[in-house]
Amino acid sequence: MHIRGKVMKYGDNIDTDVIIPARYLTSSDPLELAKHCMEDLDPTFTQRVTQETVLVAGKNFGCGSSREHAPLAIKGAGVQAVIATSFARIFYRNAINVGLPILECEEASQALEEGEEVEIDLNQGVIRSLTTGRLFQAQAFPPFLQEVIREGGLMNLVKKRVS
Amino acid sequence: MGMTITEKIIAHHAQKERVVPGELVQVRVDLALANDITAPLAIKELKKHGIHRVFDPHKIALIADHNTPCKDIPSAENVKLMREFAREHGIPYFFEGGQVGIEHVLVPELGLVVPGDLVIGADSHTCTYGALGAFATGMGSTDIAASWVLGETWLKVPESIRFVYEGERQPFVTGKDFILYTIGQIGVEGARYCAMEFTGGAITALSMDERFTMANMAIEAGAKNGIMEPDEKTLQYVKSTGTTRQPLLYASDRDASYREVMTIDVSKIEPQVALPHLPENVRPVDSLSRIEIDQVVIGSCTNGRMEDLRMAAQVLRGRKVYPRVRVLIFPGTPKTLLEAEREGLVRIFLEAGSVIAPPSCGPCLGGHLGVLAEGERCVSTTNRNFVGRMGHVKSEVYLANPYVAASSAVLGYIASPRKL
Ligand code: SF4
Repeated sequence: MHIRGKVMKYGDNIDTDVIIPARYLTSSDPLELAKHCMEDLDPTFTQRVTQETVLVAGKNFGCGSSREHAPLAIKGAGVQAVIATSFARIFYRNAINVGLPILECEEASQALEEGEEVEIDLNQGVIRSLTTGRLFQAQAFPPFLQEVIREGGLMNLVKKRVS
Repeated sequence: MGMTITEKIIAHHAQKERVVPGELVQVRVDLALANDITAPLAIKELKKHGIHRVFDPHKIALIADHNTPCKDIPSAENVKLMREFAREHGIPYFFEGGQVGIEHVLVPELGLVVPGDLVIGADSHTCTYGALGAFATGMGSTDIAASWVLGETWLKVPESIRFVYEGERQPFVTGKDFILYTIGQIGVEGARYCAMEFTGGAITALSMDERFTMANMAIEAGAKNGIMEPDEKTLQYVKSTGTTRQPLLYASDRDASYREVMTIDVSKIEPQVALPHLPENVRPVDSLSRIEIDQVVIGSCTNGRMEDLRMAAQVLRGRKVYPRVRVLIFPGTPKTLLEAEREGLVRIFLEAGSVIAPPSCGPCLGGHLGVLAEGERCVSTTNRNFVGRMGHVKSEVYLANPYVAASSAVLGYIASPRKL
């Protein structure tokens, strides 16, 4: 699967409270949540994000609470994938479970700049900058998680097991 | 090669002789909980996929503590969804109204977790139960929903970091200061994906309440779990809950392997304050310049237990809250509130000029019952001081122990009781 998009870049320790503040958590509808995605960090986010956005961030992306509303809000906003140096572990699981593509790659997270065009080969974990031509290799997912991703999320796998 | 307590509990639940860090395993789950923010999403996921069964209703807990007493119509709808789900599946551990407390205070208090258990919860502070010598970790709603159906989940065995706390602590220094100090040392991702194992004479000396406070904040260093070996105090606590479940006592082997071992001399630790906007921005309280405040919050799953209320009352007894400061006290559970009433603490708080709020998460996550306006500052015994955590994006939260919170309430600026 290939993804193309334009980079929006953020820093380290982007926590789930700024990804989607608690005051909006009475909803779990991705499109509703998307209206407030990142608003406490970057009030221009929702105006600038498009259906072809790739988020690039630093260390410990998604730290803080266990709210699955965070990857849902990002996905609902149209973000195609998140590239970070590292992810907080609950966010990592949640993103896979809700089908938001994530890639752990320190080099790419440092090198990619705001506005760069990137193409991502999700199966291979290869990130290519169409602006600079540089190639980056992200960490591979363990086989079990690849299966979750292939099935389109954890619940599909659970359904298979119980039916 | 020996195993750590974390590895032993995971191995037991994976029905394996041994596990090693990095290994992915399927584990049996003793309890899987969710709250009124995360449970509705889990329930909707199950419905969406046409799944109408749960593995074992006695291994599920549904706790309506975040936006309750329901602050608006969507919150009330969310709790209704939980209530109906509990009824449909015969889940006995659904709590609301006068039964509900903050989940991570309530669950241990009711004896729903015992040493040796493996617990997952759709709340990041599920790691609190590590204080009992259980493996407990937070996950998202979909993971919890899956475990409700299958009775198991997948885990990556974490590497462990061993923290050895030695020495005698100074007055007004608590478990909260140990953990804030530690996070200040290693940073908010210093233990990312790892188990934090808290040991040493200074941990043995801590009360159970203070141990819960420490394990609670392991996630604030990015850890998967925080854990302490169970001892006499643990067993006494478990017994006091009246549970009939048998605890399984694990301890780390002497030759267990750790990513790192850190020794901390607690006699050098002063009462700590974490400045906005990360729990790692820690300073000794006495090193701060005069920071005036508008609100004080005492409570939460971090510091909402009896010991915490006693610390606050010790400071507030016979004193008055500074005129322009609002003090909100959130007891962790109805039982905590009742005990506080019996001990006369409620009277002390009221006479000092505080508000006693219902057992609830309230302002901790900026939900309701004490949200901050632009530019306001709050000293809070909670666990997070992220941007906008307690209200306006330009408000500020300073994390501290209950002594410091209470003395700041009296003085109107952040200070330890030594300044009184
Ligand atoms: S008290 Fe705060 S940290 Fe604890 S469960 Fe409630 S919202 Fe979360």
